[in-house]
Amino acid sequence: MQTHKAKRVEITIEKVMETRLTDALTRAGVTGWSILPVRGGSGRSGAWSREGQISRGTGMVQVVCIVRPERLDPLLEAAFAVVERHIGVVCITDCEVLRAERF
Amino acid sequence: MLQLAVYNLLSPIVLSFVLGLGASLARSDLSIPEAAAKAMSIYLLFAIGFKGGVAVADHGLEARLVATVLAGVVLSFALPLLAFALLRGMSRLSVVDAAAVAGHYGSISIVTFVAGTSVLESAGLTSEGYLVAVAAAMEAPAILSALWLIARGGGVRQMDGDLWREILLNGSIVLLLGAFAIGAITGSEGLARVEAFLVSPFQGVLCLFLLDMGLIAGRGLREGARVLDRGAVLFGVLMPVLGASAGAMAALPLGLSTGGTMLLMTLSASASYIAVPAAMRVAVPEANPSVYLTLSLAITFPFNLTLGLPLYLAAAQWLTTG
Repeated sequence: MQTHKAKRVEITIEKVMETRLTDALTRAGVTGWSILPVRGGSGRSGAWSREGQISRGTGMVQVVCIVRPERLDPLLEAAFAVVERHIGVVCITDCEVLRAERF
Repeated sequence: MLQLAVYNLLSPIVLSFVLGLGASLARSDLSIPEAAAKAMSIYLLFAIGFKGGVAVADHGLEARLVATVLAGVVLSFALPLLAFALLRGMSRLSVVDAAAVAGHYGSISIVTFVAGTSVLESAGLTSEGYLVAVAAAMEAPAILSALWLIARGGGVRQMDGDLWREILLNGSIVLLLGAFAIGAITGSEGLARVEAFLVSPFQGVLCLFLLDMGLIAGRGLREGARVLDRGAVLFGVLMPVLGASAGAMAALPLGLSTGGTMLLMTLSASASYIAVPAAMRVAVPEANPSVYLTLSLAITFPFNLTLGLPLYLAAAQWLTTG
């Protein structure tokens, strides 16, 4: 089956920054993404869990975008402007998709 | 006073909190599902807002309402300045961390307020219903004070439009004021229709919610205590008493009832752990959330719930009835 090269970008970011990030992605011309809740994890600030997070200021989400390679740079610039001062991880991997016109 | 403290300590809501705290410290796997906790907080906010609105409908609007709301706003602006000065003198927190913590102590904890109304009811006292509106008005000004303290210390911070909207229209404020408006419009007749849902189960739901709060506070103590020095922990129990004193000084000239005085003291003594942490994460990501969340949730909230509330009630009774 014919496949097409694409880039998968996973941005793990604080929940309070979710809307700011998706707004920035929209402005950068990214047309689709998925948002996943993060149940817990561990990082430079130590381990944390979503369980018992009463404050809206805590907790993380992961925003996953798949874009054509030529759209990667505008996406990363938009994402970096949002995550620069905040806790978060941006990860890029190569992937292949079946329907290139959707990305 | 001692009798009042013992009565409060042995109340179902405090014992539920203690159960959660103990279970968490003992590393039990007891937990309240996130969605259930969210539903309970919506219920409590709606019930307390509705009942406050009904009280205003029953007694009518009075000029004191506007004056009390204004007093609450002034307290919310001013208390962070006191908290910041104390923290800088008592602890080794940086300017940014101290300012972020200070913002929490100017804002309010609505759960402490709800527990305060429960203590009042147990003592057979009532309060001015519009204290609910005062609670909503006190949520945001402290955030501005905290940001001003940071800007003054050299760390320039800007508030974007989205942050303003999130602060002023956060779900808790909208629900509290919305339920207050519904209660004020429909009055006692409206309350009679929903009484079986909003009044009778209230204490039971509050018990379960405080069980969850105990679990959260226990986790905060376990994981966050190491980030606090002795001065910061002392601040966590001293600041609520000073805040309550400021609240009392504002309540007396306003001529609030004993219940109203106690609740304004409670609002001034409590520290936010919902609205302000979210604002601080967006505006001041350099501030350490473990510091401000541990102080407000694991130190000040338990202090207010167990010892603070009876202390504020006794002080309010002494101040208003002599």
